[in-house]
Amino acid sequence: MSQPAGALPGWANKALLPALNIISAFLVTGIVFLMIGESPIEAAKIMLYGAFGYQEGFGYTLYYTTNFIFTGLAVAVAFHAGLFNIGGEGQAYIGGLGAGLACLALDAYLPAWILIPLAVVASALFGAAWAFLPGYLQARRGSHVVITTIMFNFLASSLMVYLLSHVLKDPGQMSSSSREFAEVAWLPFIHNMLAGMGISFDESPLNVSFFLALVCCVLVWLLIWRTRWGYELRTVGSNSTAAVYAGIKPAKVIIWVMCLSGALAGLVGVNEILGVQHRLLLDFSAGYGFVGIAVALMGRNHPVGIVLASLLFGALYQGGAELAFDMPNITRDMVVMIQGLIILFCGALEFMYRPLLVRLLSSKAA
Amino acid sequence: MDFYVIAVLTLDATVRVSAPLILAALAGLFSERSGVVDISLEGKMLAGAFTAACVAYLANSAWMGLAAAIVVSWSLAMLHGFACITHRGNQVVSGVAINILVAGLSIVLGLVWFHQGGQTPNLPNTARFTEIVLPGAEAVKNVPVLGELYYELIGGHNILVYIAFAAVPVVWWIVYRSRFGLRLRAVGENPKAVDTAGISVAWLRYRALMLNGVLCGMAGAYISTAQNAQFVRDMTAGQGYMALAALIFGKWRPVPVMFACLLFGFLDAVAVRLQGVEVPGIGVVPVQLIESLPYILTVVLLAGFIGKAIAPKAIGEPYTKER
Amino acid sequence: MTVHTSQPAGSKDPASAASSPPALELINISKRFGAVQANKNISLSVPAGTIQGIVGENGAGKSTLMSIIYGFYEADEGQVKVDGKVCTIRSSQDAIRAGIGMVHQHFMLVDNFSVIENVMLGAEGGALLRQGREHVRNELLRLGREYNLEVDPDAIVGELSVGLQQRVEILKALYRGARILILDEPTGVLTPQETDELFRILFSLREQGVTVILITHKLREIIDATTQVAVMRAGEVVAHRLTAQTSKEELAELMVGRKVLLQVNKADAQAGQVLMEVSHLCVNDAQGVRRVKDVSFQLRAGEVVGIAGVSGNGQSELLEAMSGILPVGSGTITLGGASISAESPKDPAQLRELGLAHVPEDRHRMGVVTAFSAKESAILGHHHYPEFNGKVLMNQEAILSSYKEKAETYDIRPRDPHLKSANFSGGNQQKIVLAREMEHDPAVLLIGQPTRGVDIGAIEFIHQRIIAMRDAGKAILLVSVELEEIMSVSDRILVMCDGQITGEVNASEANERTLGLLMANAQQEEVSA
Repeated sequence: MSQPAGALPGWANKALLPALNIISAFLVTGIVFLMIGESPIEAAKIMLYGAFGYQEGFGYTLYYTTNFIFTGLAVAVAFHAGLFNIGGEGQAYIGGLGAGLACLALDAYLPAWILIPLAVVASALFGAAWAFLPGYLQARRGSHVVITTIMFNFLASSLMVYLLSHVLKDPGQMSSSSREFAEVAWLPFIHNMLAGMGISFDESPLNVSFFLALVCCVLVWLLIWRTRWGYELRTVGSNSTAAVYAGIKPAKVIIWVMCLSGALAGLVGVNEILGVQHRLLLDFSAGYGFVGIAVALMGRNHPVGIVLASLLFGALYQGGAELAFDMPNITRDMVVMIQGLIILFCGALEFMYRPLLVRLLSSKAA
Repeated sequence: MDFYVIAVLTLDATVRVSAPLILAALAGLFSERSGVVDISLEGKMLAGAFTAACVAYLANSAWMGLAAAIVVSWSLAMLHGFACITHRGNQVVSGVAINILVAGLSIVLGLVWFHQGGQTPNLPNTARFTEIVLPGAEAVKNVPVLGELYYELIGGHNILVYIAFAAVPVVWWIVYRSRFGLRLRAVGENPKAVDTAGISVAWLRYRALMLNGVLCGMAGAYISTAQNAQFVRDMTAGQGYMALAALIFGKWRPVPVMFACLLFGFLDAVAVRLQGVEVPGIGVVPVQLIESLPYILTVVLLAGFIGKAIAPKAIGEPYTKER
Repeated sequence: MTVHTSQPAGSKDPASAASSPPALELINISKRFGAVQANKNISLSVPAGTIQGIVGENGAGKSTLMSIIYGFYEADEGQVKVDGKVCTIRSSQDAIRAGIGMVHQHFMLVDNFSVIENVMLGAEGGALLRQGREHVRNELLRLGREYNLEVDPDAIVGELSVGLQQRVEILKALYRGARILILDEPTGVLTPQETDELFRILFSLREQGVTVILITHKLREIIDATTQVAVMRAGEVVAHRLTAQTSKEELAELMVGRKVLLQVNKADAQAGQVLMEVSHLCVNDAQGVRRVKDVSFQLRAGEVVGIAGVSGNGQSELLEAMSGILPVGSGTITLGGASISAESPKDPAQLRELGLAHVPEDRHRMGVVTAFSAKESAILGHHHYPEFNGKVLMNQEAILSSYKEKAETYDIRPRDPHLKSANFSGGNQQKIVLAREMEHDPAVLLIGQPTRGVDIGAIEFIHQRIIAMRDAGKAILLVSVELEEIMSVSDRILVMCDGQITGEVNASEANERTLGLLMANAQQEEVSA
């Protein structure tokens, strides 16, 4: 993502350009709405109400937000090291497997306060392991991480289908899923916690992993900008020969950054498997890994931006569900399309308005 | 004899499965040889499949469907070019954007137009590419060995299969024997050399992407109007990525790429055939393992354990004139 | 580095040259990039069949001017005339059509193509390659005979030597019918022998009526090869001279705009104990090619050892091996009581611990991270030191205050510690690197090309700093392709050629002639052997 020549003032670069990009994405979305004969304004109202207008809806929004923070951070961390991890999807999937295996194996023996941390660590470790090999191959054999992580997404999918249809399948079930975990392995829902404090909140899948996601944001920020590992990671990302000169080993950094990225993506498993589904099932990662790419691009790879972008996508997902309910012509796929548009305008066409802005602003200054 | 029949049928299936892979992989070859990474093969195929199914149904003509698929896929290729060539955007990001955009948009539009949950209506045979019976095939059908071969393997395919295989020598000839091919190979290796020779790098890459779009559109049309008879959600199911893997596996050269596609197609055909079958001495082979083999093999190749896949040198880098 | 065929006055009849229009004429060319005025009102008239020199420092605007002539950029103002006719050049295609050919500093060749394919690229003579191929083959043979430019047409370009690759570039231009040939810094990558060979080719081109424009910052080449010369400074042509009527001294003065202080004021060296020793060192580059061959020398406290040589003769690899970036192939390096060899390698961080500091040759590639703020670039390689770190987090205050101190001492401008490294001028970026490497009190300092792309004021400052470090008892290795710099800063000079040390000279006894002979030495031995 190199920047073309021609200087722009900081505010234009940091605020105006991204704003124009997002507006473009939503403009095109509006046009699609008009094309299919629905009012974009009406749709926006429904989506806003669905996402923020009532407690259950808001709970759902934050529940989706949780997943997107994890996958967005995963993409961003790798990006800072100059790596494009499009394997978040597979890493999230396998991360869930880790959490699930820990619970299936130990939920009869351990109390919650040991089991849950163990399952959280397991999902991070499994996610990391799934990213380790692409990272290793990039670092030591020069195989491009973009391609290998794509391949690993498919491998994750095949592996899960095999495990859930042959090994972990609950014989009492028709569908390919494992047995339900014992309740010790369930993460507390927010509505239950609030009820415990005497506050009533409608039921939603929102659970404590939301706070885990926020903690991860802070930790990632500290790691990238305040520790020497972050310094090394950014050095490798912006100038790997300078890294070698400085005595940093890019190969080592690439491997651990990929593992960290995979671990963050793997934490989706905590929210989904421990928090909501309480058993292993097929396709629970549902494209969250890919949303992470949009989130990271839109949030400019900064944790604060990622939280905001995740919230936006959380609202889109939840509002989109509401929309599908109210407008028979529309399904959740509309959100997938918007996601594509955002990646297009905020990512691929990031600099489209730049020459225009440069011309406008310089003519004003002159 | 029994084994022979199974072998012929498996190879026949291999050819059918490989055809769209070949078209898409050759599309990727043009793009990547010009220095533009293309992971949007999947999205363009999906768009092609959707468009072909819609138009073929409405116009009751497979050829109209094919033409429309080509137009739409071509437009997406131009969008990729607009982002990556004109605006020097990140090529991988642009590819991801197109894939996701099409995955969403195809269902959104399909639902509105046909009210069948995002699917298109079933196509009658008149709006499909159907199998062509080669001259004399019926007559020799019962001749042992050779008749079988002629009827099942050589014949009995739709026109797009023949086009796919015919495209291989054509692409080879373009890449290695034409002026465009020389420039294409050069621009993927050293775009500056091309620029200083007085050739526009951008226009050359745009032309490569045009060919890319046409071939992807054909691959998409094949899936919805030849292999199947309607469009359903996510119907390309990773074949675009598989084609990308084949492109790498074939080291960006037309003929090896075709063989890679045939290998991957063969693995798929075998996986289908082995579903639930007890293999003597091994037991039931998990179908998922065989289906994963193309991806595993590609990773192993990329890791440099079998040969070495060396990509065009300038791939992935937007071209900027420097002072 | 002697050119035997030097005959600057040109063999053409001056009367006919005067009557025919100039081959190339530039009238008031101006070009600006944003705030930078790269070319300003440049006028130049090049008579046909002569060799025109264009000389100037890095960044004087030479390359921009040539890019305009070759259609890479369009001038904001001004006219280009070829053979007396106004010529609009908007693209390289236009330039080629006007009979202008260019040999770029970095060759514009496709490495995995054959010579034929490279030559025909863009001039294929039809949509199919077959007809063109034979035509190119025949033309190559003809041009090869005519100008002494023989190359195997079927050789893969990536496998040819640098000198031969340059020939392919010249052939490319001639094949396209170039009557005006521009060469941009053509000798930077050549050995002295190859340079002589190139000049012979240029003279024979001149005899055939080709007009040559030679861009360089090396004064000797201007004196040896050109008919007339234009001097550029800060985007302007400041002087036109007939080569026969000027001298190196005058040109140097014109280039920098004032008398150059070539001699650095310094006392005699007081060489002390050996701080670093290299013995029988061999180094391979990343491609596995042996670039340093059996090199041995010692660095003593209080002494500057200079390494002279044409760029690309193993100096870079020597520096990188000594600083731990490239692995040692064989032989040993001794530093601070430790011995480094192929069997017991040390990485750059470990070498720093042993008292080594390294100012890399290319600061954009290694010295600074352009995306980082100045204070972050100023701890590169030292970022893991306890002084900059707490238990887990880095100590931001320490990083900031250390940078502020350095910025004062080295007068880094602007002072802003949060400014992106990319936004500093070359000289100030170099000061960031020097401050970082010198202020950590190293025992041994390796310095590569310390003044490349640095303005005159900063050059003097940098040289004084190096001498100050020497006087403080450090052992210093200075690698530079600028002979003047080597001779004025070093106490002892080693000459490198083709990966070997071909001679050692005391700086007080060195002159350009003796060094030049040594720089060519190994090659001649190899040829005669």
